[in-house]
Amino acid sequence: MTASATHRAIDAVFRIESAKLIAGLARIVRDVGLAEELAQDALVTALERWPESGIPDNPGAWLMATAKHRAIDHARRSKRIERKHEEIGHAIEAEQQHAAPDLEAAIDEDVGDDLLRLVFTACHPVLSTEARVALTLRLLGGLTTEEIARAFLVPEPTVAQRIVRAKRTLAEAKVPFEVPRGEELAARLSSVLQVIYLIFNEGYSATAGDDWMRPALCEDALRLGRILAELLPKEPEIHGLVALMEIQASRARARVGPSGEPILLLDQNRARWDHLLIRRGLTALARAEALGGAVGPYALQAAIAACHARARTAEETDWKRIAALYTALVEVTASPVVELNRAVAFSMAFGPAAGLLLVDALVSEPSLASYHLLPSVRGDLLVKLGRDAEARVEFERAASLTKNTRERAFLLERAAACARASARTD
Amino acid sequence: MRFMICAAPDPNAPKTEQAPPSDELIAAYMKFNEDLTKAGVLITAEGVNPGRQGARLGIKDGKRVVLDGPFVETKELVGGFYLIDVNSREEAIEWALRCPTGIGHDDILTILPMTDGEDIPPEMMAIIEKVAPTWLRHQAGWKKE
Amino acid sequence: MKFMILVKATQDSEAGTLPSEELLTAMMKYNEELVKAGVMLAGEGLHPSSKGARVRFSGPNRTVLDGPFAETKELVSGFWIWQVRSKEEAIEWVKRMPNPMYTDSEVEIRQVFSPEDFAPIDPTGEMRAKEERLRAESEERLAGKK
Repeated sequence: MTASATHRAIDAVFRIESAKLIAGLARIVRDVGLAEELAQDALVTALERWPESGIPDNPGAWLMATAKHRAIDHARRSKRIERKHEEIGHAIEAEQQHAAPDLEAAIDEDVGDDLLRLVFTACHPVLSTEARVALTLRLLGGLTTEEIARAFLVPEPTVAQRIVRAKRTLAEAKVPFEVPRGEELAARLSSVLQVIYLIFNEGYSATAGDDWMRPALCEDALRLGRILAELLPKEPEIHGLVALMEIQASRARARVGPSGEPILLLDQNRARWDHLLIRRGLTALARAEALGGAVGPYALQAAIAACHARARTAEETDWKRIAALYTALVEVTASPVVELNRAVAFSMAFGPAAGLLLVDALVSEPSLASYHLLPSVRGDLLVKLGRDAEARVEFERAASLTKNTRERAFLLERAAACARASARTD
Repeated sequence: MRFMICAAPDPNAPKTEQAPPSDELIAAYMKFNEDLTKAGVLITAEGVNPGRQGARLGIKDGKRVVLDGPFVETKELVGGFYLIDVNSREEAIEWALRCPTGIGHDDILTILPMTDGEDIPPEMMAIIEKVAPTWLRHQAGWKKE
Repeated sequence: MKFMILVKATQDSEAGTLPSEELLTAMMKYNEELVKAGVMLAGEGLHPSSKGARVRFSGPNRTVLDGPFAETKELVSGFWIWQVRSKEEAIEWVKRMPNPMYTDSEVEIRQVFSPEDFAPIDPTGEMRAKEERLRAESEERLAGKK
């Protein structure tokens, strides 16, 4: 193997092992930042030794053993809090002696719980959202600072600082390395799910010509979601989120046209959808529903996405069911944007007049005052009802609100078409 | 019943230059994919990159040896595959017959039935349930829908 | 990126020999690990080729041949589809697999095509545009027939 091939192989090993490694070390040293540094030290040692010695048969156990030695060294070097660290050092030595013949089994046993602790620590509410995202990708996704920076289009030092500060915040706040219990679990879990979905959406919003690191974020988020779903298999909303991401990701190939232009859902070539991901999404949704989680916000969005995924052609779409699901989603989210989507679903299910009724109720909603999709949707429904003159005003208003030049041109074109149509009927 | 249909070159066919697919062929393939999708038969279909980006791992006397692509024996390489869910072996063959093959050397389709839950003897299923409960939950295709 | 991992058939797999309890346990532990790592998209076993068939295409002719087929090395006895970060990661996972066969065996790792793979051969998106146009035309033709 050439040196660069060995380095790539070591990168791959580290990507597989790093989260387990950091999680296991954090349990021992009770400090996520220190655990991450120890894991990095072990990686550096591997990069020095493996090109000559070859990759060991059990690289995970090798890295863990190396990192634990470092932990003991570290504990011995630290004089100030000597006693505490020596205790840790003895604990590690005892564990190693005890488990020496079967070190890997000893590590594997607790690894699920350790990973969960690491997830909840990285997404802890004392951290800003950006810090949670960066720390999650770093500690659980095994991404380097450079990769995170490239994926989020921010300078590398910014990400590095964000991670350093996040680790310091966790240490200063004395955030315990544990899984929240009881009532706290629900709120903390929702923070974790939000972080994963944020990562997914960042990747999903990547456009043609972007660095491949950006769309790869979708796969990172899916992987994190799939791992979490098996760590907490009885939590329905995790399956709901996984279902939503699997189904959205299934359309990745079909949602962009040959010259990079977006293709709307109903115009997509359904043969280009990834049917394997759709199946996985439907299975995950069924799991969420079986656990009594059909009305969770992620599960409801997944159920809507599933209606589209099940329809073999756009015409087969079950709009009545989608309308009902949106009604349920409005109840749990209380979001005006979701209400607007519901209006569109109602127009598809029960005709444009039914949709317009709902849109009209949103016109005075302050949070939608500068949202271009509100007049755009209203204009579209007015056209379908033959009220072209009114529609024209709406499209012009929408055009004045959008920042996207391509979209503005499209809206102005629709306004002009309305003007021509109303001139003919007058 | 679920089947895998693999496209691979016919080892006995004379070697021909790989020409880019014609418009008609692309259109015929799109139509075939469209038909499989609309018939609700398709589980998934993918193309696999020519051996260039692949690798092989040989296991000999317990030792693992990694061999990087490309591989010379193109006749052994799979060029793409379909996974379909149909009612019988005959239906699987019928779908294979409708496939407009002809891209490069892809002129033989092998149709192999996939293992379903019911093919697995109970004593083996007991082991699977014990050792791999998480994985088993994901084998949605093993259950009758 | 997605990879397909193909386990090549052997005489044993072609004879329909079932795995021993030991091999089955090792393989299932491995599968369990893949799922928990969020890597596994699909994994399936295939029946011996005696239960399968082949369709040979030669010009306008199509010939259906019943299994079994002699060239064992060209046959696949099982496969996985994984989502991983790199080919190296896929190889690393394959190295951790128990030998799926009683005899020496071979496992092939192939990357599944994704839209980015077409970028070097289709930098302007011309082929993709052609594909979409042809699809639209064939849909119109079909609609016209109805």
